[in-house]
Amino acid sequence: MIKYLLLILMLATPVLAVQPDEILDDPVMEARARVISKVLRCLVCRNENIDDSNAELARDLRLLVRERLVAGDTDQEVEDFIVDRYGEYVLLMPVFKLSNALLWFAGPIMLFVGGWIAVVFIRRKSASGEDNETLSLEEQAKLDTLMAD
Amino acid sequence: MTAELGHYALIIAFTISIAQSIIPLIGAQRDWHDWMRFATPAAIVQFALIAFSFAMLMTAFVTSDFSVRLVAANSHSAKPMIYKITGVWANHEGSLLLWITILTGFGAAISVWGENLPPSLKARVLAVQAMIGTAFLGFILFTSNPFLRLSQPPLDGKGLNPLLQDLGLAIHPPFLYLGYVGLSVAFSFAIAALIEGKVDAAWARWVRPWTLAAWIFLTIGIGLGSWWAYYELGWGGWWFWDPVENSSFMPWLMATALLHSAIVVEKRNALKSWTVLLAILAFSFSLIGTFIVRSGVITSVHAFANDPLRGMFILGILAVAIGGALTLYSMRVSTLRSTAVFGTISRESGLVMNNLLLAVSAAVVFVGTIWPLVAEIFTGAKVSVGAPFFNLAFTPFMVVLAMILPIAAVLPWKRSNLKRTMQPLWGIAALSVSLGAVVWVMQTGGRMLAPIGLTLAFWVIVGSLADVAVRVKLGKAPMAESLRRAVNLPRSDWGKMFGHVGFGVMIFGISAIMAWEYEDIRTVEIGDTFMLQAYEIRFDAVEGIQGPNYTAARGNFTLLKDGLEVAKLYPEKRRYPVESSPTTEAAIDQTLFRDVYLVLGDKQSDGSWAVRSYVKPFTSWLWIGLFTLAFGGVLSISDRRYRVASAARKPTMSAVPAG
Repeated sequence: MIKYLLLILMLATPVLAVQPDEILDDPVMEARARVISKVLRCLVCRNENIDDSNAELARDLRLLVRERLVAGDTDQEVEDFIVDRYGEYVLLMPVFKLSNALLWFAGPIMLFVGGWIAVVFIRRKSASGEDNETLSLEEQAKLDTLMAD
Repeated sequence: MTAELGHYALIIAFTISIAQSIIPLIGAQRDWHDWMRFATPAAIVQFALIAFSFAMLMTAFVTSDFSVRLVAANSHSAKPMIYKITGVWANHEGSLLLWITILTGFGAAISVWGENLPPSLKARVLAVQAMIGTAFLGFILFTSNPFLRLSQPPLDGKGLNPLLQDLGLAIHPPFLYLGYVGLSVAFSFAIAALIEGKVDAAWARWVRPWTLAAWIFLTIGIGLGSWWAYYELGWGGWWFWDPVENSSFMPWLMATALLHSAIVVEKRNALKSWTVLLAILAFSFSLIGTFIVRSGVITSVHAFANDPLRGMFILGILAVAIGGALTLYSMRVSTLRSTAVFGTISRESGLVMNNLLLAVSAAVVFVGTIWPLVAEIFTGAKVSVGAPFFNLAFTPFMVVLAMILPIAAVLPWKRSNLKRTMQPLWGIAALSVSLGAVVWVMQTGGRMLAPIGLTLAFWVIVGSLADVAVRVKLGKAPMAESLRRAVNLPRSDWGKMFGHVGFGVMIFGISAIMAWEYEDIRTVEIGDTFMLQAYEIRFDAVEGIQGPNYTAARGNFTLLKDGLEVAKLYPEKRRYPVESSPTTEAAIDQTLFRDVYLVLGDKQSDGSWAVRSYVKPFTSWLWIGLFTLAFGGVLSISDRRYRVASAARKPTMSAVPAG
């Protein structure tokens, strides 16, 4: 008896990510839906895409994506449709534009500047001629005592 | 009474901490030895008091003392004992107390094992350590007191988030904190060195084992968190680029860079000012991570606004610590000039490249993590920066890192010839690329992820093994001599090999999962069998079970291959009545080559059940790689040259026991 009670309790739990009844019959279109779902944010979740999310809203969005695909939208059109409705916040990867150019260019800029500094540094190090003693005598003596363990 | 004792202990520790941040510093400046010596007992007593305080809080949790507000809000009498204990740090106040316990623990460790440090350096290191302690003790006492009582204790507690009631998750914060906070030692050493105006090989040798220890703990902590996500969250994801994960990953990247640059200071007396800066930055990222996690500012700006005092307090600590350290750095950096010279093609240059890639990749993670906050403040726009961005912006750095690693790791110090260094590596490089090509052909084109990942993984793993093989003259000399050479190879060289191989193995595991995962979602009726790639899965039954503080529906599945039983799988859907929330417990059949991952979904209206199943190839390699990486760290830290001078002089003959 308790077993059945427990099972009934289970029915009240929230749904879990992509449900069997959501899946489209056309496997190609379903695959496209999955790819799109990975870049859309479940708006009420923390940093989760709608494909992985258990939230009711994520399910609605997943169904919406599939609805648009069935209606003949391209992947881009589906994304645009969702962004129009929910705002840019829904995209897990911000589209490139002037206001977030810094986000996209931060890595390359830092790599370029850092790389440049590193190259200048290495050049200077190797330009100063032949190798000389790198540890002062005093330092070497101290190191020797330490090494003498 | 226990809560009050714990509170008093904290207050006394706070006053000692203030004294310890001032007295030794003056002593070191004036060369007053008894003032300097004050730091040693002060650090030990401080740790003892805070450990006592922590024990008092733990007592309150273990005995379910619901008159303590924190216990009432986060515990429940029916919770298993292990989760009562781990519940101590599964909340804001308790986790801060753990943070401080570990911080002062490191302070006490320096006091005890720092016998060989010059007195002024030791005094200054401990004083800086105490300054950090003072700031966080102030934070906990003034904004986050864990010992507050309730005038009307409830009959039972509110319980703990069921997701947190899991061993993997429960034990990972202490490891993470040991890592985070362990970096404070490198920071304190950096500040002390700036005050003294001296960084030398001996300094690097003192700093490196502490950094290594912190790095090992951080690696294990991140690994445990990732493993938890893998089996607990229900679809086998293991890394989400979540702000909280990123805040542990940034210090890890910086600590990795620091480990490598400290070698250059130690061996070649170069890169001094950069290493000091890295030590400051690594701990700064730890502080930023603490701020992100504890203030909730990134997850929601509103969480910050709801409790601005806490957020502002940590922000103040951040500003003083990072701003102060960088100001001191800019004032004193000119005293850290090094005279060492090295060629364009040399181990030094290779390590500079390593540092560049690691530091910039950490900065990319940082920018991505704080971008939503920055955008909202400056433009008012709400944007998300999630996994797709990080995968795209971060991965290239790791690809380049993996490409140069085997070469840079075998370059000789000072100056070398790329042609000669590359000689033994050409074959491996060719093999790696052909392996990638074979994979590409086998999967008939498609995404480049697997071919590139496999090429890099093979290159890094075999390249690192080859380095050791060359050094022990494997195959070139009689076996006995190779063995003797292997035994005599310093532990840190073995550590380097294991660390690099671990990195390669992880690259393989990650590429394999991402490229070749197979997923199946369907409804299944009890008694039915379905195919999952080459496997059959039979759904035998669903039973209701009663756990200590939850109820669950447990599916009984049989995994078959070619009609033969491979394993029984029991995925669960749990429900925790106190917290009234569910969790999924995936069932995983794990082998070296693949994981079969099974999740029980909801019961459908027609009586069948939703079932999600996956074949995840080579997932174990991710964990094996992580473990190998950490093991490399353990080997390095056990190298005898880091146990120097703590022991009395022994004849140099005493050989290192074979690892």
